[in-house]
Amino acid sequence: MLVYTARRLAVAIPVLLAASVLVFLMVDLSGDPLADMRLAQPPPSEEAIAAAEARYYLDRSTPERYWLWMTGIGGNGDIGLLQGEFGPSVRGGAFDIGEQLASGISVTLRLVSAALVFALGLAVISGVVSAMRQYSKLDYTLTFIGFLALAMPTFWLGALIREGGLVFNQSTGTSFFFTIGANSARVGNMTNWEYFLDSAGHLVLPTITLMLTSYAAWSRYQRTSMLEVLNSDYVRLARSKGVRNSVVVRRHALRTALIPLVTVATIGFVGIIEGVVITETIFQWRGLGYFFIEAVRAQDAFALMSWLMLSGTLVVVANLIADILYGVLDPRIRYE
Amino acid sequence: MTTTEHMSDGPVPTAGHDVVLDVRDLSVTFSSEDGPLDAVRGVTYQVRRGEALGIVGESGSGKSVTSMAIMGLLPRTARVTGSARVLDQEVIGLGDAAISRIRGEKIAMIFQDPLTSLNPVYTIGYQIAEAVLTHRDVTKKQARERAVELLDKVGIPNPERRVDQYPHELSGGMRQRVVIAIAMANDPDVIIADEPTTALDVTVQAQVLEALEAARRETGAALVLITHDLGVVAGHVDRVAVMYAGRLVETGTVEDVFYRPRMPYALGLLGSVPRLDGGRHERLTPILGTPPSLLNLPRGCAFAPRCPMAQDICQEEVPELAEPADIGAPGAGEEDDPLRRHRSACHFSEQLAGVRPEDLFRPTSVDAEAPAEVLAAELGGTRPAGGAAGEAPEAEPGTGAGTPGGGSEVLLTATDLVKNFPIRSKGILRRKVGEVQAVSGISLELREHETLALVGESGCGKSTTARLLLQLIRRTSGDVRYMGRPLHDLSDAQMRPLRRDLQLVFQDPFASLDPRMTVSDTVAEPLQIHGRAKGARTRVKELLELVGLNPEHGSRYPHEFSGGQRQRIGIARALALNPKVLILDEPVSALDVSIQAGVINLLEDLQDELGLSYLFVSHDLSVVRHIADRVAVMYLGKIVETGTTDQLFSAPAHPYTQALISAIPLPDPVKERTRERIVVTGDVPSPADPPSGCRFRTRCPKFAGELSEAERVRCVEEPPDLLDRGTGHRDACHYSQVVELI
Amino acid sequence: MSDIDSRTASGKGPAGLPAGGDVNRGEELSQVRMVWRRFRRHRAAMVSLVFLGLITAFAFVGPFVWPWDHTVSRDILGNQPPSLQHPFGTTNQGNDVFAQTMRGTQQSLKVALTVAVLSTVIGSVWGAVAGYYRGRVDAIMMRVVDVFLIVPLIVAVAAINGNVRGGTTWYAVALIMCLFSWATIARVVRGVVLSLREQEFIEAARAVGARASRIIFRHLLPNAAGPIIVAATLLVAVAVLTEAALSFIGFGIQPPDISLGKMVEGSRTAAFTRPWLFYPPGILIVMICLTINFIGDGLRDALDPRQTMVRR
Repeated sequence: MLVYTARRLAVAIPVLLAASVLVFLMVDLSGDPLADMRLAQPPPSEEAIAAAEARYYLDRSTPERYWLWMTGIGGNGDIGLLQGEFGPSVRGGAFDIGEQLASGISVTLRLVSAALVFALGLAVISGVVSAMRQYSKLDYTLTFIGFLALAMPTFWLGALIREGGLVFNQSTGTSFFFTIGANSARVGNMTNWEYFLDSAGHLVLPTITLMLTSYAAWSRYQRTSMLEVLNSDYVRLARSKGVRNSVVVRRHALRTALIPLVTVATIGFVGIIEGVVITETIFQWRGLGYFFIEAVRAQDAFALMSWLMLSGTLVVVANLIADILYGVLDPRIRYE
Repeated sequence: MTTTEHMSDGPVPTAGHDVVLDVRDLSVTFSSEDGPLDAVRGVTYQVRRGEALGIVGESGSGKSVTSMAIMGLLPRTARVTGSARVLDQEVIGLGDAAISRIRGEKIAMIFQDPLTSLNPVYTIGYQIAEAVLTHRDVTKKQARERAVELLDKVGIPNPERRVDQYPHELSGGMRQRVVIAIAMANDPDVIIADEPTTALDVTVQAQVLEALEAARRETGAALVLITHDLGVVAGHVDRVAVMYAGRLVETGTVEDVFYRPRMPYALGLLGSVPRLDGGRHERLTPILGTPPSLLNLPRGCAFAPRCPMAQDICQEEVPELAEPADIGAPGAGEEDDPLRRHRSACHFSEQLAGVRPEDLFRPTSVDAEAPAEVLAAELGGTRPAGGAAGEAPEAEPGTGAGTPGGGSEVLLTATDLVKNFPIRSKGILRRKVGEVQAVSGISLELREHETLALVGESGCGKSTTARLLLQLIRRTSGDVRYMGRPLHDLSDAQMRPLRRDLQLVFQDPFASLDPRMTVSDTVAEPLQIHGRAKGARTRVKELLELVGLNPEHGSRYPHEFSGGQRQRIGIARALALNPKVLILDEPVSALDVSIQAGVINLLEDLQDELGLSYLFVSHDLSVVRHIADRVAVMYLGKIVETGTTDQLFSAPAHPYTQALISAIPLPDPVKERTRERIVVTGDVPSPADPPSGCRFRTRCPKFAGELSEAERVRCVEEPPDLLDRGTGHRDACHYSQVVELI
Repeated sequence: MSDIDSRTASGKGPAGLPAGGDVNRGEELSQVRMVWRRFRRHRAAMVSLVFLGLITAFAFVGPFVWPWDHTVSRDILGNQPPSLQHPFGTTNQGNDVFAQTMRGTQQSLKVALTVAVLSTVIGSVWGAVAGYYRGRVDAIMMRVVDVFLIVPLIVAVAAINGNVRGGTTWYAVALIMCLFSWATIARVVRGVVLSLREQEFIEAARAVGARASRIIFRHLLPNAAGPIIVAATLLVAVAVLTEAALSFIGFGIQPPDISLGKMVEGSRTAAFTRPWLFYPPGILIVMICLTINFIGDGLRDALDPRQTMVRR
């Protein structure tokens, strides 16, 4: 098992390295961080531009810049991913990319984990129910809900849910739904319990928005995989032993039908990251999604690269966890 | 439809008190996109305690569906009518709770494919114990002990260790024994075995059948053995029921059905099997056409469209399953047992007394839907003679004479051919971490106008050898020559012109044709690749006619043809470029026996007409004995014995050949029960790590039973060479000794 | 000679043949017709096909018929609720929302189709080559795919689009989306090809001397057509959603052009106050994706080889 994990890890590193090249080139080649400065009126002096270019390492060649970004060797001490430095932000020295990312991730992880848990849980339940009652009214209803959710633009639905919450609050004169931010403004003087309730309350609407697409995709998948297992030879053998149907479903079918979901959920994790950007925009969370949009708006090259690397790393880590989980769940993989 | 169902009410015998399974008028209908599909129609049979009943039929005859219906394992969409009583308790229509108490406890089932029958995520011990715990009030520890005990009974070595292993760690034969262990866990009264050995090699089949016998002895259960293999039935059951298109068409004792069949279909089946014990050069007599679609069955006898003796009444009226009028009451001293009476469902069963298959069926090689078409095709001369089939090879030595081998030119040779497949690590580096020795140093030569058979069990390297000869995979060392010209150094482009002479026919007729290309396009593809697109259309028609197909069907797609027809299309494609050598990789093993015979006949005719040489790769010794001039037996990448077909089968010298021959079940109840057996134990070792010295020693009965300690040393240390014992018959055994087995 | 005979015989059709000649029996359907017959049985897919046809006509033919276009017009009174003249009302600036919806739908469909077609072609060839050659070639090609799959589509396109200052046209958006969506297709096709190439008909082609290009383009890709078509259909839906989301966060198609996502962005707080601005673009996106997904489902059923036949 340890060897297996180590081997997976060994595969993940080159992929991450290649991703860093892609991310760097993508951002570096597509824009000029100093575009705004150059077009400013009155035009800044040649020296000021040169100084800024040196400040943001734009006076170096692209390969040099990549090397610098990765290692920081030959830089001013504010750059080099491997040294834990993310590079200078064009938004000035006060904007520390590392710090901002760290504060963003703590907010965003809350949302992502809530969405993951609910999407997976509901997907498994409705997938299994659908498969057990294939072609029943319930199956058709769940299938249609799935299709509808898959076709639903997150941002539109999010906006609708948010407005719905607001209207509800207004018409009842309460503040039942939280529609802005990850926490209320008056966090400072809350007890732990109050803080927890406040956070949970703020999570409700964004979680619904974020989980919907993933839920739809995964529940369809779970239904197919469950159907396949229910028609398998080993489920037939288990039933021929005299094991009751309900036990067969729980013990034999569900356990094996969950294995492929691991893979699908990992692939879907990328989708969740996409969703986070949108959901945070709608509900005005100051998490990673917000960080990203602000970085794009400011053409903050190093912030953007750092963000993309972070999301890439998250995806690779999710893949790694899935691989290991796969090994735990399926003995055929374990002894490979 | 209802009338046909009631028909079989008539001859139901009164069952005795010891009947454990009593099936009456069982029918199963599936609803399909194209309407109702009658898979089983009015099946009635009984089985007594301790008795074994064989149900024989080809694919689609409804034999498996019948037992699934009894077990209550069919999907809810299936409509089951009639009755099935297990120990006098009705099981059809029971709810899940009620039938669960009977399944596994009173009636157990063994399925066809051992590779998919066990749940991959639980240990085999867990899965056996589960069967015990479901019906017995025992502790988990006791259930586990029982699992170990059961594993021991079905012949699994080291049961204490095996019990904690997962299914993927066991071979196919082992897994099937685990399934048998599960079936016998609660000492059931009936065991239904549905094609239990079809997916296994012959030597493993013998072991699994042995385990099944052990299970019967141990539990005293009645056995219902469902199979398409007449040989397996002959040796293991008391009574036989033959099934066709969802109905039982003949029942009786195994002797009655095998020696005195009274239904043309049963007769036809027996005539189309190549026999290990029959005359070698007798033509096989295929049954023409294909089994009817269950969607729109003929009004009368379902077999009538294929039956050479069908009359008007056969088209109109379904014959009842009844005793032929000329079979009298049992003679003095014979006990009258209603269950053992010989019954057949044919309007003319009286006329079949003493009739042999070749009296009724023609030994044809043409594909046709009905007997009348064959006569038309053969007499009408639409089928061209050998020379007319395009530019036939210049030299046609002894056309039609069938004198093989004898000094004619050597076409294809392999010398010390070795193929090692690397085992690579996963990931981007794909380092080589080991080697599988698929073929380790074999030599053979194929002469003009002869058939050389390469025989062995799965994984012995015979298919790899076939592909090495064609340069479809590249050899590790050794050389391959065609008419003296080395092939192994040629590039793909250099090899291309030579491919005209060397062609390949595949095993699986459903996978070997591109489903998106019409038959014409498929057959014409070689012509296009080799720049002979001009006149291709005419040539394609000739070829289709040559392989016995209707040349007008070229615009159809493969899925519109039956398995046998598809195999003929594959042969037509291989013949398109007028090859000299055909390499046939298990060409008939995926076909039902009644269809297989027609393809074998076709191959024989084509060889005579076109002067072809065949390398016939097969695991089926009966077919090989029928078609081959010379045979080479392979085991774990090496040839262990080679000689003419007569030498090899009448006087096998290598213990493996002997074991192979004696493991083939004969479709003859008396011979099958009385013959001498040489049984091998265990499974084929992994080719990644073959045994030292003689590779067969780990399973060799001689090594285990006859040799002294001192003699064994030689087997362990010294790999035996393939040595000539005179007359060209060669074997690779240090202590070879001829044994007569047939 | 017989060549000519057969042509004239088949030219006469079934009427000219005796009852025994079964050249044109009912079961002899071409592959396309068989698929179509099974597809027609999928009711949701058939209804979807009709709806999608209507939406397409609305988007591409509508602008020629409708008196207004999507730009601001001085003749339009701003901020009006729906009326006969302006069925979806007007915006504050004075756009006819109905015309905007037509234009937005058109842009969405153009982007989505371009992405689907280009990505499918690139991805299919990439995946087929990797799957056919296996070994190191496959390992390297698939790692490239992995890398492209790590970066979420919306994020990647937003990063590039946002970084490029100035207006982004629909084809620029489409091309950049392509860059990051071919990889999904490649992965699907490779999986299919890996199992296809183990089938004997591929080896049969090699045995008669077919070259790699012939095997890939004549045998492998046509046989992978089912999964490819299904994946491509799903990609159309994904592309519609992605383009809309991009426009919503401000990194897609730029003004003065309009897209459905941009319209939602402009009316995001109007769901309950001026619903005529909020619902049309959203519902159209849902309709396009829903119909395409149902069509994909119908195609999957119709193309599934397991349903191809009752084996005879």
